[in-house]
Amino acid sequence: MCLAIPALIKSISDKEAEVEIGGISRRANLWLTPEAKVGDYVLLHTGYAISIVDPEEAKETLKLLEEIAELAEEE
Amino acid sequence: MKFIDEYRRSDLGKALARKIHRSSTKKARFMEFCGGHTVAILKHGIRQLLPPTIEMVSGPGCPVCVTDNVDLDKAVALAQLPGVILATFGDMLKVPGSRSSLQEAKAGGADVRIVYSATDAMEIARKNPTQSVVFLGIGFETTAPTIAASVRQAEQESIRNYYVLSLHKLCPPVIRVLLDSGEVKLDGLICPGHVSAIIGSRPWEFIARDYHIPCVVSGFEPLDILQSVDMLVAQIENGDARVEIAYRRGVHSEGNQTALALMNQVFEVCPAWWRGIGVVPNSGLKLRPEFERFDAELAFDFDSGPAIEHKGCLCGEILRGVKTPKDCKLFATVCTPERPVGPCMVSSEGSCAAYYLYGASYG
Repeated sequence: MCLAIPALIKSISDKEAEVEIGGISRRANLWLTPEAKVGDYVLLHTGYAISIVDPEEAKETLKLLEEIAELAEEE
Repeated sequence: MKFIDEYRRSDLGKALARKIHRSSTKKARFMEFCGGHTVAILKHGIRQLLPPTIEMVSGPGCPVCVTDNVDLDKAVALAQLPGVILATFGDMLKVPGSRSSLQEAKAGGADVRIVYSATDAMEIARKNPTQSVVFLGIGFETTAPTIAASVRQAEQESIRNYYVLSLHKLCPPVIRVLLDSGEVKLDGLICPGHVSAIIGSRPWEFIARDYHIPCVVSGFEPLDILQSVDMLVAQIENGDARVEIAYRRGVHSEGNQTALALMNQVFEVCPAWWRGIGVVPNSGLKLRPEFERFDAELAFDFDSGPAIEHKGCLCGEILRGVKTPKDCKLFATVCTPERPVGPCMVSSEGSCAAYYLYGASYG
């Protein structure tokens, strides 16, 4: 029930955004993430953006996982 | 899809699994608190990837499942009042209450409507000004701020026929109760990612400090979970106990301050009934006095009658991590997703439903 999926903000009007999830357009309420901007990915939960996805942290995590994979190859 | 597909790469998953196999020498039992994690673990076959040293048990992190009949019966009673439209997330519909589910109430003439969001419930209120719309407020810290936002919005727009039955629950207090009970011994906790997106990682620190149990806040993709298990194993092998965040793209240690402020403005903590666990102090949320005109429990006169539990159903033990669905005689025989006896078979993220769908071969 705490399901939340990354959604890309396409446009914002007042406290509501049009977001895209895998090519599908939805409305997202921005009351909980008023700082969200067009181009941000937000975690969408029951129609509300609850968090802004941090792309730098996402990249860092993947880099770390790739390093783990490289080390596993070597051993 | 971006931020999903990358975290499902099988090459990285296999590498993580190999690393976990190599590093895990001590036997350890980890609880995934959240039902969303239970589903992901079973769906992606993560248990088969882990070494025999690691046991995974499911926790009580399914809001539908932990809603006690005491509270569900209130929702059914409210739905049966004339002039009331009860709006609810779809998961609640089939949960058998003491005498009726919401679905049965609907079949009997009650106006019960499934909504995806609190904003949908408000829209029903706008369109039906002569009726009272009660939104069934189910959910943890992830969902409570969205309901708080809806109450504030209804106040701003002067929507006078919108009410909330607040059955929200808070996660950290119930974990303390589980740990204090001594019923289930844990060596590590996978903390719920989206609850933590709101509350941050600090509210979990008491688990590491007071119980010396390592905690990792995890995302919901297979690589997220494997990474979290790897981090827990590293702590166990080193004898550490601290709170770490694996799900860094979605969770900050301080959480979402806007959401927390809104939640605290609209709600105050209260005791809450947890199915199978009982009353847990400071683990619920009720509307503050300044918002009590939105409180369905105060606005309507109703009698929900005495709560009755279904005999033989092990949902309570399963929610406490003491039993698994396979221990229940009703599982997959009398109790199926089509004809559920207990809520853990109803909710898509209930342990029983997840075992039924993905985990037939697990003991």
